[in-house]
Amino acid sequence: MNQSMPNWVNYALIPVINVLLAFLVSAIVFVMIDINPIEAAEVMIKGAFGSEGLGYTLYYTTNLIFTGLAVSVAFHAGLFNIGGEGQAYLGGLGVVLVCLGFGDQLPLFILMPLCILGAAFFGAAWAFIPAYLQAKRGSHIVITTIMFNFLASSLMVYLLVNVMKDPRQMAPVSSAIPEASQLPSFQDMMAAIGVSIGSSPLNLSFFFALIACVLVWIYVWHTRWGYELRSVGFNRNAAQYAGISHVKVIVVTMMISGALSGMMGINEVQGVSHQLKLDFVAGYGFTGIAVALMGRNHPIGVILASLLFGGLYQGGSDLAFDFENVDREIVVVIQGLVILFSGALEHMLRPQIVKIPMLYAKLRASNNQNGSAEA
Amino acid sequence: MEWFNTIIIMLDATLRVATPLLFAALAGMFSERAGVVDISLEGKMLASAFAAAAASSVTGSVWCGLLAGIATSVFFALIHGFACITHRGDQVVSGVAINILVAGLTVTLGRYWFQQGGQTPQLKDAERFKPIEFPFAQELADVPVIGHVYSELLSGHNILVYLAFALVPLSAWVLYRTRFGLRLRAVGENPSAVDTAGISVTWLRYRGVLICGVLCGFAGAYLSTALTGGFIANMTAGKGFMALAALIFGKWRPVPVMLACLLFGFLDAAAVRLQGVEIADGVAIPVELINAAPYILTVFLLAGFIGKAIAPKAVGTPYVKER
Repeated sequence: MNQSMPNWVNYALIPVINVLLAFLVSAIVFVMIDINPIEAAEVMIKGAFGSEGLGYTLYYTTNLIFTGLAVSVAFHAGLFNIGGEGQAYLGGLGVVLVCLGFGDQLPLFILMPLCILGAAFFGAAWAFIPAYLQAKRGSHIVITTIMFNFLASSLMVYLLVNVMKDPRQMAPVSSAIPEASQLPSFQDMMAAIGVSIGSSPLNLSFFFALIACVLVWIYVWHTRWGYELRSVGFNRNAAQYAGISHVKVIVVTMMISGALSGMMGINEVQGVSHQLKLDFVAGYGFTGIAVALMGRNHPIGVILASLLFGGLYQGGSDLAFDFENVDREIVVVIQGLVILFSGALEHMLRPQIVKIPMLYAKLRASNNQNGSAEA
Repeated sequence: MEWFNTIIIMLDATLRVATPLLFAALAGMFSERAGVVDISLEGKMLASAFAAAAASSVTGSVWCGLLAGIATSVFFALIHGFACITHRGDQVVSGVAINILVAGLTVTLGRYWFQQGGQTPQLKDAERFKPIEFPFAQELADVPVIGHVYSELLSGHNILVYLAFALVPLSAWVLYRTRFGLRLRAVGENPSAVDTAGISVTWLRYRGVLICGVLCGFAGAYLSTALTGGFIANMTAGKGFMALAALIFGKWRPVPVMLACLLFGFLDAAAVRLQGVEIADGVAIPVELINAAPYILTVFLLAGFIGKAIAPKAVGTPYVKER
């Protein structure tokens, strides 16, 4: 059935209809809480993509590109990594350790790659154990990555309360990283070339995210390793038969996935809060699942979906200002519905949608026949 | 007798903590034994906790609350079934969707209905499940050991605690001694054999998912109307996932699942008890380590280092009838 369908139906029409369906149900929720969905949409779009909010939107987008890419890469190998939360948490630890350790001594252009390595290494390490256990011992990666999210959370509480806590602070947070090691914010960068823009948490790591998209695209579709990765995802047995070691592919893919999640820590720790905080991941790892599903696991799709969800995050905050008795949690509802309709229920409307182009083709065929008969 | 009292108090706390885990783990057992992975135990529990507290507060009757909780949980179970069984969607994705959807909906609706920032109002006495005192519990309290166990440990819980533990033998009986149970287990192992025998795979799986919904409803209602007096945002705080861990740790069998829930409950009680206690000079057991122990144990078990957890064979794969 899939083969006979044109690509635009599979990759554009069905995903778009599914997302629209999710928005439709979201609109019903808005009506339930006495908010006109059209007004709400206006407020959110204005808030998210207006001159004041755009920086914030892109800052959220940065986080989501990293976690969304992480889920996508794993999906291509047939793996479901729901451990993004924990991997990003550990990635933040990696960044803060590098910055606190070498922040004073090294210039930023040497420190930056070190931070990226630190974040990637810690995130990848946290994904390595579930990957190894899946590949070698057959324990299900979904369950182990869930468990590792909780383990990461316990570990970080322990570290922040007992080991890394800044003694001058009441809250369990680490010491602030040296000013020299902080990533330049977007407004500073623009000011350097003489353009003044409003303040926002957007920083250099946004470009890291875009570069990561390009690298993932090259890796998955244009290298031998990417070919092996997709073969394992497509049919593990056939890949094995062709001499591809699925153990190696699973472990490497999950480590790349964990590294990408971990790099979210660069934006949050080195770019914005400049210290390690409890629960700084705040659900971005899970939103990455929605981003990957909506973006059809393609880097361009991931960027677009991240932009949409980043906009929803920022627009949701504006919603809380403009309407009474609503807060950003409404965005979580939309997010859940998107995962439901474009993930779990993605095949629901397929039989109906497939008929449209088929009818069209039939109509054309019969027209042609009539035409040729007349001629 | 000091240590004995301490043990009794800890076991008492264990029962209270283990009850929602037990409801949810048994719920997951019925779903997964039928071949449907359910990581939305957490979401269904949270939905039920909210609905139970909201309905209880509005109607003034805790039983209405319980019913509302169960109905809400069943509603989400049906969504899960609709996505996974009818439309053969990805079961993990569907579970994730329900968890996230519920986390957002409960706070959004709660904020709109009760205007307390997503909480429900504090429940009054009639709106909560109350402890049941066993006969002669007061009189026997002074009898050493037995009286103590009777009046402190066994008596004085609310009805849902007793129900949860009564469900263990009941589930075992349903699963291993009834025709329905045999078919349910068969559909989780080899659905095409069940189909060949002329029994509907779809309807069997739906029944598994429905039972799961009902039991998650009890778990959620227990949290908001028995253990505490009201709903607060994200009050399940990972209990659904811990129940999932208990389900795996108990190898998808009722009695081992109960023991796993008790073990995890005991670890929780111990973590509270050992907070800041030094076992040697200046050396305290990190509470976080005890909190993480259930997950560590489950990972070890899944990896086959301590025994072997073998999931129902067809779990996670939608059934496609050959045409």
